Amino acid sequence: MFRMQTPRGVRFALFAVVALALFAASPAAAQEGIDAGDTAWMLTASALVLLMTPGLAFFYGGLVRRKNVLSILMQCFFCMALMTVLWVVVGFSLAFAPDAFGGFAGGFDYVMLNGVGFDAWDGTAIPGQLFMIFQAMFAIITPALMVGAFAERMKFSAICIFCSVWLLVVYCPVAHWVWGGAEGFFGLGGDGALDFAGGTVVHINAGISALVAALFLGKRQGHPRDMSPPHNLPFAVLGTGLLWFGWFGFNAGSAVAANASAANAFVVTHIATAAGALAWALIEWVRDKHPTVLGVITGAVAGLVGITPACGSVNAAGALGVGFGASVFGYLAVTLLKPRLGYDDSLDVFGVHGVAGIWGAIAAGLWATSAVPGNDTNGLFYGNAGQVALQMKAVIYTMVWATVASAILLKVIDLTLGLRVTSDEERVGLDLTSHREAAYTLVD
Amino acid sequence: MKYVVAVCQPDRLNEILDRLQKAEIHLVTVSQVMGRGRQKGISEVYRSHKEAGSLLRKVKLEVAVNDEFVPQCIEAISGAAHTGEIGDGKIFVIDLDDCVRIRTGETGEVAIG
Repeated sequence: MFRMQTPRGVRFALFAVVALALFAASPAAAQEGIDAGDTAWMLTASALVLLMTPGLAFFYGGLVRRKNVLSILMQCFFCMALMTVLWVVVGFSLAFAPDAFGGFAGGFDYVMLNGVGFDAWDGTAIPGQLFMIFQAMFAIITPALMVGAFAERMKFSAICIFCSVWLLVVYCPVAHWVWGGAEGFFGLGGDGALDFAGGTVVHINAGISALVAALFLGKRQGHPRDMSPPHNLPFAVLGTGLLWFGWFGFNAGSAVAANASAANAFVVTHIATAAGALAWALIEWVRDKHPTVLGVITGAVAGLVGITPACGSVNAAGALGVGFGASVFGYLAVTLLKPRLGYDDSLDVFGVHGVAGIWGAIAAGLWATSAVPGNDTNGLFYGNAGQVALQMKAVIYTMVWATVASAILLKVIDLTLGLRVTSDEERVGLDLTSHREAAYTLVD
Repeated sequence: MKYVVAVCQPDRLNEILDRLQKAEIHLVTVSQVMGRGRQKGISEVYRSHKEAGSLLRKVKLEVAVNDEFVPQCIEAISGAAHTGEIGDGKIFVIDLDDCVRIRTGETGEVAIG
């Protein structure tokens, strides 16, 4: 016998629709100061940045064992949904509203996108709503980056809560310090620290927090002796290709205009990525006799990460240095530091994003040159040694806050909900135990 | 009745199947397997560290034959799989107690053919 009943999920959805209808009344204001070219480019760039997250999902998904590939795709794809909702409700406001909490974060002025309209956003010639959605794509991929560190062993519910709270208490404040116009103690951007597209906000932030998460979670069963090699490297190559492609939106889009600064960012992004891919493969070729596919794609990602903070201030020559350096330091972290220290950062989020991110932030202070359009800051190699100190300060602020906040957050989740799946679930694989699905069937 | 199990190089599979066919041996089951012998395996490398398991891809053929077909069967497989290189594989011949053709319920030597 069945009794007709509205399921709990449906009731919640109905409530949500009604609530949304109340805040959907957007202002139909005149669109002043809008540039058509800038707007066209930023619409495109926003879509490019979104594509990075599925790209990342395939990069990570190919590297795990076949019993966990869906769990990785799910965690990344779920971020696209969850972070978007959080961003429009309160995240954007915490990052980009005028100073509150002594400059620690933005206030609540833009909650529910209140006041974010279609007039030109401050300092740009694109609509405020477009600036908001471009930034939303950054807020999606940054938590998704961390997924690689706790792959194959973390509860899905714990991941959802960790990434959600992390977005609001770690990502949004740091975005505010660097890009949101914070003043005073937290005014990193105001100080003159160079971070064009998110070396501190995105990569150091995610890389350090990911390391903390890997330490809190502990190693996977059988690590390191019984780990299988990547179950589908072609997926990882596909994912890296999508990342490289989308990254043009990430970096060149960070000019928030269709201008020479964007063109420079596009060019140096490509150069540094090529240099990074080449360097990692060459190191392997010399040291281990064989250049690996995983090595060349990891080097490409390291190059992309490294150039991210620097792409608004370095020229082509600088980009070669940034890209090579990113792979050298990334390689050292991943193949020498990690085994020596013994932590299980499963897919090397710290080694690639954290370490290459730190390198990139410092390298921006080395190779910055005022010859680059839209940049009036010189770095150490162009006679301004002080810029390195400013870069270091931004790096240290980000590292300290990411470590402290992530550690507290993980501890609280561990004590309440629990971070790890049971050892039986881990052995069977998260695809079946967390999601009741399998990526590959046995026959047919 | 004998059960012939052969582990061979994958690139020899088509030739082996052809020769079995010519020897009028139609019943064969093939599976992809991993293994190693004197040839040793090739270790995969992950992030500049050698993976422990070093196995190579092989194919495994299983053929049930009546006693009078055993020499032709071995001849067909070894003739086709032989290259003289290390790693050509092995053939194992095992006594077979019975065989049932599921469709008709026939058993024993009649059921094999």
